[in-house]
Amino acid sequence: MARRLRRRLRYWLHSSERQRLLWEEMEFHIDAIAQEWIDNGMPPQEARAAARRKFGNMTQQSEQSRETWIARWMSDLLHDLRYSFRGMRRDAGFTAFVIVIAGLGIGASSTVFSVVNALLLRPLPFRDPSHLVWIANQGRGAEEYSLQSGHFVDLRNRNQSFSDLAGWFAFYNPGDSKLTGSGEPERLTSVPVTQNFFDILGVQPIIGRTFVAEECQGRFGVPGAALLSHGLWQRRFASDPAIIGSKLILNDVPVTVVGVLPPTFDFSATFAPASSTDLFVPLALTDELNRRGNTMAAIGRIKPGVTIQAARSEFTALTDQLQKQHPERNFITTLLRPLEEHVSGRVRPALLVLACAVGVVMLIVCANLANLQLARMGARQREMAVRAALGAGRSRLLRQMLTESVALSCGGAILGILLALVGTRALSHLDAFRIPLLSSVRFDATALGFTLLAAFATGVLFGLLPALQAPAIAVQDVLKDAGRGLSGSRRHTWLRNGLVVSEIALACMLLVGAGLLTRSLLRVLEVNLGFRPEKAAALRIDPSSQYSSRDKRNAYFDEMLRRARSVPGVSAAGLTDVLPLGGDRSWGVGVKGVTYAKGQFPEAFVRIVSEGYFEATGIPLRAGRFFTARDTPNNEKVIVINETLARTLWPGQNAIGQVMSQDGGRRVIGIVADVRHHALEDAADSEMYIPMRQTGDYAAVDLVVRTTHSLDGLAPALRAELRAVDPNLPANELRTLQMLVDKAVSPRRFLVMLLAGFAAFALLLASLGIFAVISYSVTQRVQEIGLRMALGASASELQRSIVGQTLKLAGMGLAIGIAASFALAGAIRDLLFGVTANDPMTFIGMAALLLTVAAIAGYFPARRASRIDPMIALRAN
Amino acid sequence: MGTDKPKADLLPGTLDMLVLKILTNGHLHGYAIAQLIQQLSDDLLRVEEGSLYPALQRLELNGWIEGDWGLSANNRRARFYKLTADGRKHLHQESARYRQVTGAVARIMGFA
Repeated sequence: MARRLRRRLRYWLHSSERQRLLWEEMEFHIDAIAQEWIDNGMPPQEARAAARRKFGNMTQQSEQSRETWIARWMSDLLHDLRYSFRGMRRDAGFTAFVIVIAGLGIGASSTVFSVVNALLLRPLPFRDPSHLVWIANQGRGAEEYSLQSGHFVDLRNRNQSFSDLAGWFAFYNPGDSKLTGSGEPERLTSVPVTQNFFDILGVQPIIGRTFVAEECQGRFGVPGAALLSHGLWQRRFASDPAIIGSKLILNDVPVTVVGVLPPTFDFSATFAPASSTDLFVPLALTDELNRRGNTMAAIGRIKPGVTIQAARSEFTALTDQLQKQHPERNFITTLLRPLEEHVSGRVRPALLVLACAVGVVMLIVCANLANLQLARMGARQREMAVRAALGAGRSRLLRQMLTESVALSCGGAILGILLALVGTRALSHLDAFRIPLLSSVRFDATALGFTLLAAFATGVLFGLLPALQAPAIAVQDVLKDAGRGLSGSRRHTWLRNGLVVSEIALACMLLVGAGLLTRSLLRVLEVNLGFRPEKAAALRIDPSSQYSSRDKRNAYFDEMLRRARSVPGVSAAGLTDVLPLGGDRSWGVGVKGVTYAKGQFPEAFVRIVSEGYFEATGIPLRAGRFFTARDTPNNEKVIVINETLARTLWPGQNAIGQVMSQDGGRRVIGIVADVRHHALEDAADSEMYIPMRQTGDYAAVDLVVRTTHSLDGLAPALRAELRAVDPNLPANELRTLQMLVDKAVSPRRFLVMLLAGFAAFALLLASLGIFAVISYSVTQRVQEIGLRMALGASASELQRSIVGQTLKLAGMGLAIGIAASFALAGAIRDLLFGVTANDPMTFIGMAALLLTVAAIAGYFPARRASRIDPMIALRAN
Repeated sequence: MGTDKPKADLLPGTLDMLVLKILTNGHLHGYAIAQLIQQLSDDLLRVEEGSLYPALQRLELNGWIEGDWGLSANNRRARFYKLTADGRKHLHQESARYRQVTGAVARIMGFA
């Protein structure tokens, strides 16, 4: 069998050569016959002609012989393709249109597929990622906390389910590490990780090594070694391998570079989207770290054969034990979840919506193209009839039609691949979008396979309906009816209308979905943030190590604030350790004098701020006063709280003047508005503000300034002024508060952007579909219209009737679409904010939009119809 | 209308078998095969050239015969076919089958 196949292939490959030889062989045969007859006394000329006649049609003979070695279907296919291409050239307009429409659809679906592939389908870029488990602390509520390092160490030592646990310091801040020394000072982001972190992920440095145990025993926050990310190594150190072993000055302390990580390892993309990570330092699991409370993010590599359920129950038992043994530690309830789920679980619903949306778009594309193809079939009926009369079988014609449509959609696929390449590139560079793994989106072999499959399916789907219609044409009728190429059977009209109605219905569903999500986005943007992001910006100004005492640091802050306020246009300036929508450090809080049971005290997010901060961010005061420069270590310890915390601690009472148990007693001097600290969608929680001059407990310092001028001119002026105090002030850009807000809404914006694009495309397609169908019906009814006009119908009457016909189709589509949307809107309920899934505004608005567009699409053919000259129309046939 | 193909009045597959049988006599070109079939059947069976060449291609594709270029009696380039081992085996099977079928037909017709 295999031999036979090989032989067949060889024959096929050398078919032209074989063809020539076959002819030679047959020539010989003819000559031999002729010779025989000449020998029998026939004149040579005559003999030759007779022999040729006897032998028959040589071409046909060779064709028949050839058929034995070229599979019949293959030659048919080539023939069909040639025929299709000839047709495409003839119908360039149609071809271009189909390729563009199919290309846009295929491009969109391949792009979305690439995103889904990167975020949901492709395994995480680690060794054996299915065995990696995310371990969090659920605390008491639904929120996820990090783990206390003491718990982490004990869990790691005692558990049987995991081959190992690793973790990192979850409260690292972007820009924590100031790199000085050679070159421009720069703020880098370093992540403190446990010694085995890279081993557990299966990440090997491309040069150098990972951390060793001794490096992980230093003082907290003073690393001795560092691993560079590939990006930093390339950018800052020109990919110099000699960097290994050299020392960098990080936060004024020398740190030895021990290795460089591979370019494939992107910590941020997986664990902290929309940020960048420059280097890794060892995390020392010291008592100091343990005292800081829940600080560690943890992952584990589960042993082969152990289920996550088993690990969960083991951890439940272990944490009960730990809770009893260490009552002094924080409350812990572990939460185990496959790492993949942790990374992409949050975006999964949105991605599924996108995938469905793009599927709907593809259906609309197919319906549209099927409609066009049907219209074209009308024009090609005679061609088909002639071919049928010449003996083309039904299946042969069907195949011809399908070949044509698949060839067209493959043409579209070429455009689609180009679009997907551009699209995936653009998406993977959306650094500001807080979506995991977005940077790894690319058009790869899987996506290519998907595209080809989509192209083929599209071709079959949009070609099948018209193709099935084709042979149904009665050959004789068409040929007899030579004058009118279009017979417009009732079935045809019904089919075309059905396709348009379904297009409108599908477009309606997309529009409603996009409408609901757009309105949600608008609602989110309208949310009262609790601060005013416009005209405010922030700059990291952490004091360097030379400001070793609190007094020195306070003097530094005084000077920085004084200079910042002297910049023209600056109306307010203040300091904070955490910007709004930034960190989520929270402490247990209480009223002084009240004892709370363990695990029963309220919690509040803590921000360390200076005077001027509330004014600079625009957080309004509700009662009492803001901090002033007099709130120093020498004066009374004070605190500002938000309305929620005031209500929590002193329900129904005046909180001003009360004392909280923080730091041995802090008097509440002011109540400010709630600020959205986490996400715009989440209502504010309890918050408290502690004056920076009265504490040392902050890891970062951001200067926030509000200006009356434009923000563009602010950065250089501010930097020039501040460098007088700190010449090593890194040059990193000023971040506007608006950027923080934008980043927080970016996943939602991403979804809305794509979905609105799809909906717009669907609307365009549907209107084109309506336009095509109405135009077609006008063309068919030219005589009827002419007759009516001759009988006195006015132009406006005609227009009305045609627009009415359009609206009837649109109305039907709309009715189905609205009903379907109503049924399906519940599926996206979780993605909505501030609107209900059956938001009447959206439904009515989208219906109105769709009807308007339909009316416009119907108006153009209607106008054309009303301009028909009755005389010409009637004479036409 | 269409092409009527006067496939020799033979049972299907018979031509293939005849060609194989003829080739047991040695290397022959297409014309000689046609001639021999005609002669051996006392002019009863005439091989249509229209059937012969597709048959030869088919047989070669199946690996039952092998074609080779050589010189004819009057020094012209011609393609000579010879039987392969596979072809010989196939011929045996075919002739056995043919004998059965014709025997069966003959019994029904009362010839036997």
